[in-house]
Amino acid sequence: MNSIFEATRHALALIGGGDPELVRIVLLSLKVSLSAVFCAALLGLPLGAAIAVGRFPGRHALIVLLNALMGLPPVVVGLAVYLLLSRAGPLGEAGLLFTPGAMVIAQTVLILPIIAALSRQAVEDAWREYEEQLRSLGAQGLDAALTLLWDIRFSLLTAVLAGLGRASAEVGAVMIVGGNIDGVTRVMTTAIALETSKGDLPLALGLGLVLILIVILLNTGAFLIKETAERRSG
Amino acid sequence: MASILPLRLHELSFKVNGRRIIDRVSLAIESGASTVILGANGAGKSVLMRLMHGLLVPSGGRIEWGSEDPRRLRRAQAMVFQQPVMLRRSAIANVVYALACAGVQRAEREVRALNALDSVRLRALAHRQARTLSVGEQQRVALARAWALNPEVLFLDEPTASLDPGATREIERVIRAIAAAGAKVVMSTHNLGQAKRLGGEILFLHEGRLAERAPVDRFFAEPASAEAEAFIRGELPWT
Repeated sequence: MNSIFEATRHALALIGGGDPELVRIVLLSLKVSLSAVFCAALLGLPLGAAIAVGRFPGRHALIVLLNALMGLPPVVVGLAVYLLLSRAGPLGEAGLLFTPGAMVIAQTVLILPIIAALSRQAVEDAWREYEEQLRSLGAQGLDAALTLLWDIRFSLLTAVLAGLGRASAEVGAVMIVGGNIDGVTRVMTTAIALETSKGDLPLALGLGLVLILIVILLNTGAFLIKETAERRSG
Repeated sequence: MASILPLRLHELSFKVNGRRIIDRVSLAIESGASTVILGANGAGKSVLMRLMHGLLVPSGGRIEWGSEDPRRLRRAQAMVFQQPVMLRRSAIANVVYALACAGVQRAEREVRALNALDSVRLRALAHRQARTLSVGEQQRVALARAWALNPEVLFLDEPTASLDPGATREIERVIRAIAAAGAKVVMSTHNLGQAKRLGGEILFLHEGRLAERAPVDRFFAEPASAEAEAFIRGELPWT
């Protein structure tokens, strides 16, 4: 018990004192995960919307696949991206392996299905409700799509935040493609794994607390946005 | 400008999975008094309206309007659905959106939207979020949205089916006002009282077929078809 209290006290001191190593790791984590979310949203939102309103052969299979991929194991994604980026791999030339860029790619792959699947569901539900009215008003193509997306913007934000939650919490993918190199590719989750195995519990715990805090903040934000939106615009 | 009416249907059919929902319906809708499409649930009223409005593509037969310009045809019609579909924005913004879709000049939109909301007695709620209004009020916004477009033909698909008597009365008042202002109202209902109150002529649908067509007084006084007679007898105790 004592060691837990001791570690927690140390961890709080590190956080309170703005320990430079801790700050660096936290900032890199945020940078990697936010970049991945940005890329995944850029690809995933239009993809989800297209699958929602499009009618093409294999659509149902694609939806099932997308839903299944939401539970993609991070280590498997890490391995796949590792093989792609390794020197002998098809993208080896780029020399991205063991850089933050590789981590962004791996996390993008990991959360793309989450954002695409959730936005597909949101757009499809909304389209079912709005389609006839929008067609009756003469809103077509891109106009209708933009109206729809704007109207369900809060549901889409939830999809994006779900992706961010997943990206910031995973360890397997970034560990494999980033290599957990001190000062280069070390992020919160990989650092926690390493420090724990080294026995440096205060740093691991401090990072763990920051990570939990960030996840709670994200979810609080998502909840508040949705609540406010529903109260205001129904 | 020449009217888009009359609307002529020739042997119009609509099938879903081989089942005929609308079965070779031929009729003409002229300008003038309101047309009420009457029939039991499942008679094909909503499908017929959607075919006329162009939301569904017929499986057989033809639809002919008095005009052949597709742009003009679209802009000269509006439709109000049983469940109002409000965008997540204010009541007035919903009306303005419809005006924007119809290509109305930006400067004109706000005034026209306010006037339309005035006509349905919702001016005071113009800036409330549309989805926070009651269903009856939302349906009035939907009517204002349609009315603001100044349509020649207004389709109303059971506009009061999910409303209480008070809200229904208000909606019927608005519908009468729209008709009085010169729009051709084509409305579906299964409510005999409403058909009597609003109809100039009745189109009675039974199992996808046009069973009878008559001026409203004659339809209720001496229905010509056995189906219409049975429907009136069966429904009357409930109206």
